[in-house]
Amino acid sequence: MHLIRLKPVCLLGLLVLLLSGCTNPQLVRVKPWEREALSGYTMRPDRDPIHTLMMEHTYFSREIASGGRGVGGSGCGCN
Amino acid sequence: MLLPERSPLPRIVPLALFWLGACLTLCARAALKEGDPFPALDPTELRTIAGAAFPETKGKVILVDFWASWCAPCKASFPMLSRFQREFGPRGFVVVGIGIDEKVAAAETFVRKLAPTFPTLHDHSQRLVKKVEVPTMPTSFLVGRDGKVKFIHRGFQGDRTEKELRSHIEKLLLEAGQ
Repeated sequence: MHLIRLKPVCLLGLLVLLLSGCTNPQLVRVKPWEREALSGYTMRPDRDPIHTLMMEHTYFSREIASGGRGVGGSGCGCN
Repeated sequence: MLLPERSPLPRIVPLALFWLGACLTLCARAALKEGDPFPALDPTELRTIAGAAFPETKGKVILVDFWASWCAPCKASFPMLSRFQREFGPRGFVVVGIGIDEKVAAAETFVRKLAPTFPTLHDHSQRLVKKVEVPTMPTSFLVGRDGKVKFIHRGFQGDRTEKELRSHIEKLLLEAGQ
């Protein structure tokens, strides 16, 4: 019984210790003025049209629903 | 006599929250706040762009704007800042744009392309931007004649930003008797 009551306390303690680890100033944090590389064209998910086309084809083939990635309408042909 | 067992959780929760709060407080770095003195614009740290003269800011109301060539909202804010300079410049007001690009050429190309009516500087070592800890790009600091930060505007939201900044500038210039 006593052990069961101690369990949440231990879990809470562990959680707090883990979260306090996130406050370590030595951790790498990208500051607003350091985001030049992140704003580059190569960081865009839609930078390669062929890749986008292939992904859409895969989505269509697996889901049997064309237009699921941004184009209006579904595979039923009703709209 | 057997005492009822009490869970230690109610005593532990506030202690845990206090510990977490203390850690977060220690972690938080002191960014520049309203009322704080704005660091002096040092010509040895800030280079002028496109051969412009270092801006004269003594005794003036200043709007220090941090921008970067890779930041789209910064680009969108430049026409507004140019309007402010044209409109309020004769009343003892100056906009100082501070570029924080790592590449000098990128900052220079950006300024040449947009041709702002206000002076622009380049914080090539990023010392000033680190000192003031800008929360986002762009950020504008409205500095009074006493050298203290009167208003901080984060980001650029078009007309809303212009309206907000305009009212603060006008208020500050009226207070300064301009």
